[in-house]
Amino acid sequence: MAILEVKNLSISFGGLRAVDEFNVKIEKGQLYGLIGPNGAGKTTVFNLLTGVYKPTSGAVILDGENITGKSTIEINKCGIARTFQNIRLFKNLSVLDNVKAGFHNLNKYSTLEGILRLPKYFKTEKKMDEKAMELLKVFGLEDEASTLADNLPYGKQRKLEIARALATNPKLLLLDEPAAGMNPSETQELMDTIRFVRDEFDMTVLLIEHDMKLVSGICEEVSVLNFGQELAQGKTSDVLNNPEVIKAYLGD
Amino acid sequence: MNKSLKTVKPYTKQSLITYVMLIAVFVVTLILRGSGNMSYMMQDLLVPLCVYAILAVSLNLTVGILGELSLGQAGFMCIGAYSGALFSNLMEEAIPEAAIRYPIALVFGGVLAAIFGILIGIPVLRLKGDYLAIVTLAFGEIIKNICASVYLGRDAEGFHVSIKSVSDMNMASDGEMLINGALGINGTPKDSSYEIAFIILLLTVVIAYNFVNSRTGRAVMSIRDNRIAAESIGINITKYKLITFGLTAFLAGVAGVIYSHNFSTLQAVKFDYNMSILVLVFVVLGGIGSIRGSVIAAVVLTLIPELLRETIGNYRMLFYAIILIGMMLITSNKNIKDKLSGIFKKNKKGEVQ
Repeated sequence: MAILEVKNLSISFGGLRAVDEFNVKIEKGQLYGLIGPNGAGKTTVFNLLTGVYKPTSGAVILDGENITGKSTIEINKCGIARTFQNIRLFKNLSVLDNVKAGFHNLNKYSTLEGILRLPKYFKTEKKMDEKAMELLKVFGLEDEASTLADNLPYGKQRKLEIARALATNPKLLLLDEPAAGMNPSETQELMDTIRFVRDEFDMTVLLIEHDMKLVSGICEEVSVLNFGQELAQGKTSDVLNNPEVIKAYLGD
Repeated sequence: MNKSLKTVKPYTKQSLITYVMLIAVFVVTLILRGSGNMSYMMQDLLVPLCVYAILAVSLNLTVGILGELSLGQAGFMCIGAYSGALFSNLMEEAIPEAAIRYPIALVFGGVLAAIFGILIGIPVLRLKGDYLAIVTLAFGEIIKNICASVYLGRDAEGFHVSIKSVSDMNMASDGEMLINGALGINGTPKDSSYEIAFIILLLTVVIAYNFVNSRTGRAVMSIRDNRIAAESIGINITKYKLITFGLTAFLAGVAGVIYSHNFSTLQAVKFDYNMSILVLVFVVLGGIGSIRGSVIAAVVLTLIPELLRETIGNYRMLFYAIILIGMMLITSNKNIKDKLSGIFKKNKKGEVQ
């Protein structure tokens, strides 16, 4: 069964149909790409999937559960985590605390237990620390655990954002232009990391990317959006050689 | 496991420094007072200093940790002061023992202020920045004005309330005035002492640090740093805003109770916007988000005008203003700040001071 099934998803802002009848089906463990020229509506699709926008029509089904119209918080609890096109870290928190914030709904103790420093506080915090360090190790960030997130170099900030998203233990991970602003060697490293995350955490990944090397390198299937409409869908190599797609990217 | 992973401790390095600093100052003041080396003016200032420090630390939770500007601190303090004083006056006969009555009054005043804080917070916390500041300022003034216009008395028949005048209450002539309008509350037992006020200040600081260094504090700070990202990892924004606002109001209420039990008369006029601004000045100049800074700024900035009173008399407010402007320049000017950060090592790990 598909982990994510999107049926005829549409949203209009006034008279503008930003996403029009978008359909996609992603199987568990797949690396799926969402590509298209600037302004095609890719990030809008992400915002629809994560509940930032409510769709005008259509349905989003995650692992058999209809999550259409739910709030961002509920959708995250249901199992979708994301990163952002412009990095959104908690800049004044340490790298470790950024990841621990991601455990918010998985490892709980009450505010009072925290203030009174009851045994549950120590038990839960220790567990969180261990889990967070394991996760940071996957991304090679364990030595920077106590650094402020703002002081990390760009590439590592991108990685930390993925680590924080994974901390919420999602079924589906949405990456919005993970390679933006990276040099070729950083991109290569990122591709390995994404593949590793998929294998290690048995994760399904849907990513938006402009870097065709990354898309053709790791995505098994892609969808192409243009002016809010789906232009093509299928195996990455087939789609990238589709004349319609090339035309959309390069013009006539 | 990684060697850099330390065991979870009940305190951080920064909080420990603050605790030690506070206790050291407390011991020194006790010795000074005990040996008769402290002026009467200073002795009278000890409790208000603790009150201002508690107010500054609690406001810092909203301004520094949550990152929202609130100017209603004096209003919550007013609720705590009035309810605590009223409680003590009513219960003076029922609970003659101050050691039992006073703690109950503290909790009562704090809880009532917290309830008001949360009730006001539900509509108000939808606003951000300047708008939130204006609305909280208005609520503070509303609370003050309501408190200043209430007449409450008790006679053989029971309680009488009016918001117009004494005669409007229809109270028997042998009745007892509890709240006398703009004249406020009289005859509150003088239960506050420096020792108690200090213990509550220390507790406030412990609560503030424990709050910040916990799951809740992390959630609150993540909302401050990036609302959208906090929502994307499943953090309930409204809930944590209300918790922080409620805790700030609770601590302000407790400070109000200490304040009202330090003087035998209490008037609502004291809790005007000047008080809220004053506390905000403590927070800003002490360093937004720095709990230790709030305590130091509250103490220093309360002492400066009082000490200047002895030396330069009427010109003291002028000098106070100059000192404030100087501090603002030093703390906000990037060039000066960079030079200073070379002297004092910068806090790079993001641990809350």
